[in-house]
Amino acid sequence: MSKVARAQLAVILGGVALLELLTRAGVIGRLTMIPPSEMAAHLGIMLEAGELNAPMTQTFANVAIAFALAVSIGCLAGVAIHRLPRLRRLADPLLASYYAVPFFVFYPLLIAMLGLNRWPLIAIGFAFAVAAMMIATLNGLDRVPRVLRKVARVHRLGRAEEMFLVTLPAAAPHLLAGLKLALAYSFIGVIAGEFILSGSGLGHAIAYAYDSFDNQTMYALMLFVVVLAIALNSALHVWEQRLMARRRRA
Amino acid sequence: MPDLRARLSGISKVFESGNGRVHALGPLDLDLAAGEFVTIVGPSGCGKTTLLETLAGLTAPTDGTVSFEGGPVGDEVPAGVGVVFQEDASFPWLNVWDNIAFGLRRAGVAAAEIRARVTYAIAFMGLQAFARAYPAQLSGGMRQRVCIARTLVLQPRLILLDEPFGALDQQTRLLMGDELLRLWRETHATVLLITHAIDEAVMLADRVGVMSARPGRFIELIETGWPASRSSAIVAEEAFGKLTAHVWSRLRGESLRALGRAEAEPAGSVS
Repeated sequence: MSKVARAQLAVILGGVALLELLTRAGVIGRLTMIPPSEMAAHLGIMLEAGELNAPMTQTFANVAIAFALAVSIGCLAGVAIHRLPRLRRLADPLLASYYAVPFFVFYPLLIAMLGLNRWPLIAIGFAFAVAAMMIATLNGLDRVPRVLRKVARVHRLGRAEEMFLVTLPAAAPHLLAGLKLALAYSFIGVIAGEFILSGSGLGHAIAYAYDSFDNQTMYALMLFVVVLAIALNSALHVWEQRLMARRRRA
Repeated sequence: MPDLRARLSGISKVFESGNGRVHALGPLDLDLAAGEFVTIVGPSGCGKTTLLETLAGLTAPTDGTVSFEGGPVGDEVPAGVGVVFQEDASFPWLNVWDNIAFGLRRAGVAAAEIRARVTYAIAFMGLQAFARAYPAQLSGGMRQRVCIARTLVLQPRLILLDEPFGALDQQTRLLMGDELLRLWRETHATVLLITHAIDEAVMLADRVGVMSARPGRFIELIETGWPASRSSAIVAEEAFGKLTAHVWSRLRGESLRALGRAEAEPAGSVS
């Protein structure tokens, strides 16, 4: 483990230890927060009892669908916008102000359009994530050295071959950054959507526990979501680091 | 000209930009014979790279025609033409081996043939110890050798090199020049090399094309008369010095003109 990683771990463990101390000493009341050790213990019980299986399956499936759609459509849209300068001039200001739009206000509209099922949640997760992927794709394509495009022409590659064999690999560092953001935004969109109106899923389970003053369940679920989101993002980060290591100067 | 490999006829290139029209090149003519080594030298901005890219089919001329082995060159690089660029054009996500094999795999060459050609090219370029290294782990000169090898394995009949040694120090350039001459002798390819280094141009070429300031035209095409077996040792010969001085005498005025100083220092006065 590197020095930086050790320092990061120490900060996290220190924060957890401080919370444990403050909650155990009563500085933070139990109605406000339970000790982290109790959160973990209760999470273990819930997992063992299989209480999380259904909401977890639903939330992860929704996140996975939103993420897959955002990555594929965001990447394709980024490529299309990059190809068409007029569309680019139109899209650039929209993308720049995209995250100023509070998407959750559209939730009732999405329910009216898509029905009271998983798709409004997926739509919110997708809407959150797709712009990140589009912006990352555009950034990546903007930075592909022109000489590599010339090499593609010298090798007489077709458009699709050039895209998959040269352009996208050259843009990979930016695409990977887009993947990480898209995953995080998919999580945020889906879980926040479940909080608001869904009758199932992890977000709903947290909101239900909150409404029922069930702190143990609420904090256990929050811990679960946080740990999982960090774990998934870290896995992507490790993959990115491995891929990028070969591109760095020795 | 016996066994013509490529021909530029009445080529000129005008770039349209927001600031108006820029006449970059021509009109000019150039015939390249099979197995000939031609170098082009000229002042900065005279259109050397435009000339090379026009010949390669990477840039369409505004006027004139380009042909390769009798066929017209349109907006597609013809099969049998290889180009080495001035910039680092290695693929950073592929190791040396995969970089060199890239074009062969794309062309559907059999695996055994790919192995044989890549192994030879790696040995030829002295990259044996770095076959599994990535470009980021190599020096600038080694990366350029990877790009030359990537072109070499395709066995092009016309090799176009755009200042391939521009980023290298003088000693390495001379040695790389020797490698290039060896490659030329072994492949019997026609080579056109663009350079801003007069000594490099004179040392390598059968013919040196001296270009004017923009819009670039040939002010002289000089036959060097060197034997095919030449090497960088030729720089010690008196004839080399004379030829280099002659090229500079033709270029000096053009270089000053390119710098906007033609009036201050008359062309043709060799100091």
